[in-house]
Amino acid sequence: MTSPHPHLGIRDLLQTIMPPRLCALCHDARAILKRPKTGQQICKECFFWVFETEVHNTITEAKLFKPGDRVAIGASGGKDSTVLAHVMKTLNDRYEYGLELFLLSIDEGITGYRDDSLETVKRNQQQYDMPLKILSYDELYGWTMDAIVSQIGKKNNCTFCGVFRRQALDRGAASLHVDHIVTGHNADDIAETVLMNIMRGDIARLGRCTLICTQGEDTIKRSKPFKYAYEKEIVMYAYFKKLDYFSTECIYSPDAYRGHARAFLKDLEAARPSAIIDIIHSGEMFEVKEEVKATQKSQKTCKRCGYMSSNELCKACTLLEGLERGMAAAAVTERARKKLDAEGPAPESLRTIPFFQQSRGPHPSVALERPT
Amino acid sequence: MSAQISVKVEFGGGLELLFDNQRSHRVSVPVRVAATPAEKKSLKDDTGAAEGEGRQADVAYLILWLRDNLLKERAELFVENGTVRPGILVLVNDTDWELEGEGDYQLKDGDEIVFISTLHGG
Repeated sequence: MTSPHPHLGIRDLLQTIMPPRLCALCHDARAILKRPKTGQQICKECFFWVFETEVHNTITEAKLFKPGDRVAIGASGGKDSTVLAHVMKTLNDRYEYGLELFLLSIDEGITGYRDDSLETVKRNQQQYDMPLKILSYDELYGWTMDAIVSQIGKKNNCTFCGVFRRQALDRGAASLHVDHIVTGHNADDIAETVLMNIMRGDIARLGRCTLICTQGEDTIKRSKPFKYAYEKEIVMYAYFKKLDYFSTECIYSPDAYRGHARAFLKDLEAARPSAIIDIIHSGEMFEVKEEVKATQKSQKTCKRCGYMSSNELCKACTLLEGLERGMAAAAVTERARKKLDAEGPAPESLRTIPFFQQSRGPHPSVALERPT
Repeated sequence: MSAQISVKVEFGGGLELLFDNQRSHRVSVPVRVAATPAEKKSLKDDTGAAEGEGRQADVAYLILWLRDNLLKERAELFVENGTVRPGILVLVNDTDWELEGEGDYQLKDGDEIVFISTLHGG
């Protein structure tokens, strides 16, 4: 049998005769996106609506906020936090959450990386009309990441950055007197973390990492409203809304271990898009036996800076002491820590990380950059 | 010279860093190309299959063409197993390529193809 159009394959024919597929939700507009979560083909307006509504449902089902709450959005200028700021503002207006929203950014002091992304955050501040607080490692710890890397090299620097950023967000939030920090962690990030915690056998973190809300320093809560939002949809949302975000890899070695977990997860997702939600679900299903819980360290406060800690010194103070005394590995390995202890007690002059007292007063204890 | 298709290509989400830090490009590719370029290492001797031979240029062809002609560094961050690396989103005329047949979508003159990496920090 010969085809009437010898040069046209079946696909050419289909492309010419098939009408555009319609949205599975409104059955009216042309579909522009295939949802990874459901496989549904939907149009732009329905996509915006379902994406925002699902985040709203996540927020209300977990009862994350109450009217009058002061909420800081951890803003890096990247895609997740930029979309989060936009969606939080949209939902706060649409559903009258009654929240006071702030942008909180941490300046790690990485020339050519964070200085550029902070410019994006400053534009977001104007676009979303929210007060912005930028807190730097330099001002908190006396060290920028540039200075840390020049002393310790590119190996292990992510350990410092991770510990310092977590504490900096808490301290920044305390200085703003906020009740709550929200971060842009998405479903892909959480699934990655579940995989990493399983591979490391880190039972304590495995239990915590799938929680939508955890309690941080000074009863400041931390939540992840994008817990069930796929990265693909976040990026598509930013693209179709033409949101302004910054995307460059950190100039210091990316977290290689997480990179592998990430590549593995993306391969799983390509084979079966539900893999991401499945892994989060699997993380939630682990139950830690009481006798295992009993061996986990209880929380105390750091004897030097007062931050919550499971040891005498919190992780940031330990890292800082290692840096100041020129033995940066001290907080990274047990052996190096013993060596540091053997060298004698910490010098009197050691820096104390400033502690912001969380008070219930109406005004933040720090100056804010108001949108102009 | 064989017939060419002109398409607009855009990179986002950090992918532009692999393409001379330029987000928007206009490129021309042959209308007809050899049948199975995905199995070849390079497209160098693949351009301009004669009329009636091979297949019409599609997005799968464009991806390898971009790798061979426009990409400046670290090809492994763009292409893996003959297609874009998992985690790179592709849009054909502002529609998710998953709705357009992915790599099989046949290019038309004036098409706009967007590549966005989701792999960069958030």
